Amino acid sequence: MRRLWIPLALVVAQLTSTVQAKELLNSSYDIARELFADINPLFVEHWQQQSGETLTINQSHGGSSRQAQAIIQGLRADVVTFNQSTDIDILHQRGNLLPENWRERLPNNASPYYSTMAFLVRKGNPKGIETWEDLTKEGVTLVFPNPKTSGNARYTYLAAYGDALQRFGDDRAGVRAWVAEFLSRVAVFDTGGRGATTSFIDRNLGDVLITFESEVNNIIKQYPDLGLERVVPPTNVLAEFPVAWIDRNVARNGTEQQAKAYLEFLYSEQAQRRLASFYYRVHHEAVKADVADQFPATELFHVEDVFGSWEQVNIEHFANNAELDKLLSEGRRRR
Amino acid sequence: MKPSSTLNSQQRWLRPLLIGTGVTLTVVLLVIPLVFIFYAAMSAGLGGLWHNLKDPDMLHAICLTLFVAGLTVPINLVFGTLIAWCVTRFTFPGRRLLLTMIDIPFAVSPVVAGLLYLLLYGANGPFANLLDHYDMQLMFAWPGLVMVTVFVSCPFVVRELVPLMSTLGTEQEEAAVLLGASGWKVFWDITLPNIRWALLYGVILTNARAVGEFGAVSVVSGTIRGQTNTLPLHIELLQQDYNTAGAFIAAALLTLIAIATLVVKAFLQWKLAKD
Repeated sequence: MRRLWIPLALVVAQLTSTVQAKELLNSSYDIARELFADINPLFVEHWQQQSGETLTINQSHGGSSRQAQAIIQGLRADVVTFNQSTDIDILHQRGNLLPENWRERLPNNASPYYSTMAFLVRKGNPKGIETWEDLTKEGVTLVFPNPKTSGNARYTYLAAYGDALQRFGDDRAGVRAWVAEFLSRVAVFDTGGRGATTSFIDRNLGDVLITFESEVNNIIKQYPDLGLERVVPPTNVLAEFPVAWIDRNVARNGTEQQAKAYLEFLYSEQAQRRLASFYYRVHHEAVKADVADQFPATELFHVEDVFGSWEQVNIEHFANNAELDKLLSEGRRRR
Repeated sequence: MKPSSTLNSQQRWLRPLLIGTGVTLTVVLLVIPLVFIFYAAMSAGLGGLWHNLKDPDMLHAICLTLFVAGLTVPINLVFGTLIAWCVTRFTFPGRRLLLTMIDIPFAVSPVVAGLLYLLLYGANGPFANLLDHYDMQLMFAWPGLVMVTVFVSCPFVVRELVPLMSTLGTEQEEAAVLLGASGWKVFWDITLPNIRWALLYGVILTNARAVGEFGAVSVVSGTIRGQTNTLPLHIELLQQDYNTAGAFIAAALLTLIAIATLVVKAFLQWKLAKD
């Protein structure tokens, strides 16, 4: 019987001993695992050279709203790397875990990289999809996740809406009618980005999958045999990927220096090159010039410039019975 | 009287039909998915199998799962035996209520159980300041995993013991007490030998549940790879990484544990029936 306890004691020792070494916990969105699995070793090496300290970086991934919830409930993440700035705002509003001006602490709105929305179409682009307007052509069906639950789909909705605003100008009724038609074309609303991918690839639903440009490229790479093609529409939304260190947690974990250095490292040329290799758009001038041909030119607009603050966007568009709900039910009536 | 002679023509074809349906359903719903898990796990070949198995996150998930089960089972073994002893050997007001309360983990959805613990012991719960003061973290760390697993699997041992201990009655124990045995001796020499197989059976079920628990654990884990990620949670993450083979390998490991559990369970049932 005693022999049984020895391995158990070893496991306990192993599980608890990790608390001693310097660690960083990065809480991130769902699909960023491969990205950070690639970037973390670079930073560990960089930090080792700079300070002589060996760091371990742990990752936690999930829908970014769920991740924010967990941090408010006590998950001691040192840094967050999210795909929605509202989810970082919540950390200030509900938990006061970091100051309100977190956006100003790092360059480019604290967003080291960005992306935009792109269309994934089937082999040969049989429906001839090039622009947002093409998505409502006769017989075209779409797949993207539910804007209620997915940040990814919120950007899709805002990109389509923003494009319609440009096309119809002051004709608000025309804008709303087109967006309702656009929403009525969705074959299935999955709860998250990867679920929508499954619907499009495995269940073969829809003619167009709309998701982040980076993810579109990723899917094409994952399924080389399907001959899927990427289309980046000419007008588009700028999707920021905001990062922040959590002041309260880094103070408690004694990792303030490391957390800041980690996030600043994301702006370095080395990291920006890696980010670009995952098809994220970056700000570093030299890297940008080198990878320019990877990223089709598209006119990007900021959500804040077109729709006002994110808080306003949430109230006017995504709250219960707000614009999105109204247009969804109008679209259903049409069908 | 032979049963077949009483069968009319309708019953004669009814029997193979029913057996056929039963067998088909079992094969389609149970056997094929089970076989498919192992088939899919092997789809990456032996190299892929080895590559996925030696992944540090996978190894940690396996160790953590066994570690959590290894703590949960003894806790519930002692707790379950105490409760069963309590409700079958003594009558007191609220006895029925206590028995009903034991079933709460069965009635409550595991996700709700996880949320309850999170709200109670999380950063906004009533114990937050106390835990903070001692720099203790329960949620999003292994103690939280053990707590919720103990919660969801605590009724098994009690449920196995109560009916048995009720039917056994108290005569043997009373006789031992009259002969001057101490309480501990009564339990060790009289009660325990009588209930040992049922107890083991309860332990097996507790273990099966503890190893496979997903809902409650997913709420309090925070899914930090290499830290708080158990095997069932790891399956979901691997699937989301497009690593389908890896997900099936993890699933196959869980299935193997389950099959081993079933074999032990069948053996114990046979033993129990023989006693």
